[in-house]
Amino acid sequence: MHTMNGIKTLADLKRKQEEVKSRIDLRNRAENPDSLVQVKVAMATCGIASGAKEVMEYFVEELDKRRIDAVVTQTGCMGYCFAEPTVEITLPGKEPMVFGYVNARKADEIIERYIKEGELVDGIIPRNYNTI
Amino acid sequence: MSKYNTHLLVCAGTGCHSSESNLVYEMLRDEVMRKGLDKTVQIIRTGCFGFCEKGPILKILPDNTFYTQVKPTDAREIIDEHVIKGRKVTRLLYADPETNSPILNSTQMSFYKKQLRVALRNCGAIDPENIDESIARDAYQALGKVLLEYTPQETIDVIKQSGLRGRGGAGFSTGLKWELTARNESTQKYVVCNADEGDPGAFMDRSILEGDPHVILEAMAICGFCIGANKGLIYIRAEYPMAIKRLKIAISQAKEYGLMGERIFDSDFSFDITLKYGAGAFVCGEETALIHSMEGKRGEPSNKPPYPAQSGYLGKPTCVNNVETFANVPVIILKGADWFSSIGTAKSKGTKVFALAGKINNVGLIEVPMGTTLREIIYEIGGGIKNGKKFKAVQTGGPSGGCLTEKHLDTPIDYESLAAAGSMMGSGGMIVLDEDDCMVSVAKFYLDFIVEESCGKCVPCRIGNKRLYETLDRITVGKGKPEDIEKLKNLCSVIKDTSLCGLGQTSPNPVLSTLNNFMEEYHEHVYEKKCRSGKCRSLLYYVISEEECIGCMACKRVCPTHAISGEKKEVHQINQEICIKCGACMEKCQFDAIHLQNDYPKVTAII
Repeated sequence: MHTMNGIKTLADLKRKQEEVKSRIDLRNRAENPDSLVQVKVAMATCGIASGAKEVMEYFVEELDKRRIDAVVTQTGCMGYCFAEPTVEITLPGKEPMVFGYVNARKADEIIERYIKEGELVDGIIPRNYNTI
Repeated sequence: MSKYNTHLLVCAGTGCHSSESNLVYEMLRDEVMRKGLDKTVQIIRTGCFGFCEKGPILKILPDNTFYTQVKPTDAREIIDEHVIKGRKVTRLLYADPETNSPILNSTQMSFYKKQLRVALRNCGAIDPENIDESIARDAYQALGKVLLEYTPQETIDVIKQSGLRGRGGAGFSTGLKWELTARNESTQKYVVCNADEGDPGAFMDRSILEGDPHVILEAMAICGFCIGANKGLIYIRAEYPMAIKRLKIAISQAKEYGLMGERIFDSDFSFDITLKYGAGAFVCGEETALIHSMEGKRGEPSNKPPYPAQSGYLGKPTCVNNVETFANVPVIILKGADWFSSIGTAKSKGTKVFALAGKINNVGLIEVPMGTTLREIIYEIGGGIKNGKKFKAVQTGGPSGGCLTEKHLDTPIDYESLAAAGSMMGSGGMIVLDEDDCMVSVAKFYLDFIVEESCGKCVPCRIGNKRLYETLDRITVGKGKPEDIEKLKNLCSVIKDTSLCGLGQTSPNPVLSTLNNFMEEYHEHVYEKKCRSGKCRSLLYYVISEEECIGCMACKRVCPTHAISGEKKEVHQINQEICIKCGACMEKCQFDAIHLQNDYPKVTAII
């Protein structure tokens, strides 16, 4: 009673798994966030007004395309309203780094130079507070 | 497929469902649609997260936010605040029971820190009604692997080497059971999944079936391949409608994909699964009774041998395994016997799921490696005893198990250590008792259950347990005689030695273990007519305080049995022999002069 979906070999099953994996990738990654690149996009009113939503979508899509294991989340206002959209990047084992005035071009630079190579790029906002 | 950046996981297990999680799901979905977020926010109904007491549970990923007791009306705030603006809704966050401060990240919850989820690995992580999500989490890979790469005997050897033992209670080696069934030649054999979960307060099997039905189907097929059976039967109680629904969906989806049915993975192996419904009799969890019930006969056990491996369903060789046992099988095949046997203690490998209940802060479903101590479970995962009360005992193993006390708190839990302490693993019920619980009443509660559920086939269980119950009842109402304790002990050992099936043989355990560990409470009930916890109402005494009583006669007038004596302006007294403890006097007294106490009052004056 095989239909067109019929899985006949282990390779079929693996192919199917590849096809549907993206459904739960994010859930698997969230189980161990400390070992991954964490990207937090400030999505308060000021951030959204300056284009944070588009920046977040860009990060989600591009990190996936460039095969970088990352967790992209949104966060509240970080207080740097003058520099929106702001993005906080935490590389595994490193201190969080905040970037301001992020647009698609800047995001591309952050991914290529900071996330991939660990190089610092322009636009870093020095952290002026500690969190508990 | 569109790219979701936020996943909202709504628990749709029976616990959360009954507190309206389906409405929470619908409201969240409507709100997401209204805000145009349906391309980026995915809402999934999952199986049980285990944290049932605080349901409905909503988990938001990727930031691991754990919201508890979410109401449908909270949906808008969650979407507006959390999803759109990234601000967590603090009032719904799970708060640490000790510090009372909200926990921002669920990986920091002590409830999950000590857990190792193997059998429950997909519960709460996938949509159980969507086979694709199961496949994304490796479903049916183990089946493919054994069908294409292993012989049945090689597969059995892996299961044997892993050390997996039956999770239904007795702890028999699963690999050995399969091997014994495989050896019996027959043209027709059966694989049976025992989903007749009957212990009071236990719901681990239901949660697995509701949260990850495909793992059971896959494991049953693997078992069928090993023993040479092409038919599987799931015996499930009709009281589990949600589990039944999800199993049916899973079976039809697996068939559609060709993962169930004829010539699976283009091999010579065909396998089909049907459901059989039970009416919810406790004894039908016993494998011979279960088989009789499936055959349409009375659910009564029969003598072993012959074992089901020789002559089971319709007289054919049958392998009966419990739900949780099956849930471990595919992951053992994929990760190897060595991986599995590296978890646990010398003789008990892997993990065990427990249903944690009673006087404990975090009530729910937990899974821990064998060898975890009761202290870790109760104080770290369970968050300690409710309302800062003192721990008294923990009842494990359901009606066949017993009570463990303070001195067992540091015992690593496995099949052997629990049996040595006078209890048993059972299917994994774990009820925590505090200082307000009366141990004689606890024993009576379980005996009441046994008397109700005894199938009546053999005399020791049918009549013996009834007599045990009556004796316990007498003791709790203050009519126990000194010789009753010895009688209880004798009767228990007779029932243990002479009952037909495993359930009868273990039925006196609640009495024996409380006699062993809490003899002083039995003595107090019998000799001093006292119940220290105040649970036994008949052993509470109404007394009139000499200081507060002004002798107004009000109580004397309302007493229906004329148990109160004393003249006007004199201190009144209650005759305990006549008092029926109706409480009318206490209600009537305007001067709070009447109290309840659990010591038999000394007579201060001659009446």
